[in-house]
Amino acid sequence: MLSTEQDILAAAEDWRSKGRDVAIATVVETWGSAPRPVGSHLVIDAEGNFLGSVSGGCVEGEVVTEALDVIAAGAPKMLEFGVADETAWKAGLSCGGRIKVYVERLD
Amino acid sequence: MRLDLLAALNAERAARRACVLITELGGGVQRLVKAEDVPGDLMEAALEPALRSGKSGTVEFDGKSYFLTVQVPAVRLVLIGAVHISQALAPIAKLCGLDPVIVDPRTAFASPERFPDVELIAEWPDAVLDRAPLDRYSAIALLTHDPKIDDPALERALKAECFYIGALGSRKTHGRRLERMRAKGFSEAALARIHAPIGLDIGAVSPAEIAVSIAGEMIRALRQKPLRSEEKAA
Repeated sequence: MLSTEQDILAAAEDWRSKGRDVAIATVVETWGSAPRPVGSHLVIDAEGNFLGSVSGGCVEGEVVTEALDVIAAGAPKMLEFGVADETAWKAGLSCGGRIKVYVERLD
Repeated sequence: MRLDLLAALNAERAARRACVLITELGGGVQRLVKAEDVPGDLMEAALEPALRSGKSGTVEFDGKSYFLTVQVPAVRLVLIGAVHISQALAPIAKLCGLDPVIVDPRTAFASPERFPDVELIAEWPDAVLDRAPLDRYSAIALLTHDPKIDDPALERALKAECFYIGALGSRKTHGRRLERMRAKGFSEAALARIHAPIGLDIGAVSPAEIAVSIAGEMIRALRQKPLRSEEKAA
């Protein structure tokens, strides 16, 4: 159903149009073995509901938490996850890759 | 992201048109550039290759980093003729990320037993293509040798400026095909876009080998040069 990045962006538009607060997370850079390609999206609402993926499920929890901050504050954020990063171990990007994720509020 | 930009991006996608959303990663400033507006845009040199590859990515421009969200329609491949070559070409096309559909009004050919895992439409090509029109992001291969099946599809492919149009048949068969298209008023420039004899010249003999040569020719048309209509727009 929601198989492509565009379907996920269509859902984001739909959510926002219905008055929900929404953030969009986008994989903007990957190094090494990253599970999702550059351009992959995760769409999050203020209740923590989400669609799509930016990894194989490893860092989505962390991205959703950060997205709630972005929805509240309004300014975009750049997140980085990788093996060299304590947080990444905690979040568990076990594939050994590194990714950069841009999180922005849909206004 | 502004909702109006997202809505515009989604609208372009629904209309099967390409576009690029540009995000300045420092300040978050964004704008949307439609494919038709890329020639002449100040970031044209970065946008044009991004559109051609269909891949999103980060680019540097004027000392700043920008993320390009590239949106291009999925490439559709229409195979006219539920023939032996199509049986091999459809799965190859799928492996390459194309979206194949086979059209043939002859139900003896267009049987699900012969084509278990691919969309198959046992109708006349003109009816099918009027319902779901071809566009610049479509490829078409005419494989029946039968003018009453191939020609209506060819006319629509030429008008839609499909990025790839291949037609099976000997030089003699193709010569007669060109005569029929000239009589319909198509220009020599338009007719020169038909790949015939079909496929890269790799000495292909079996249907599967011919399918590989056609797939190779399609990929070259897709990846190696700007789409014809983009050249014209530039």
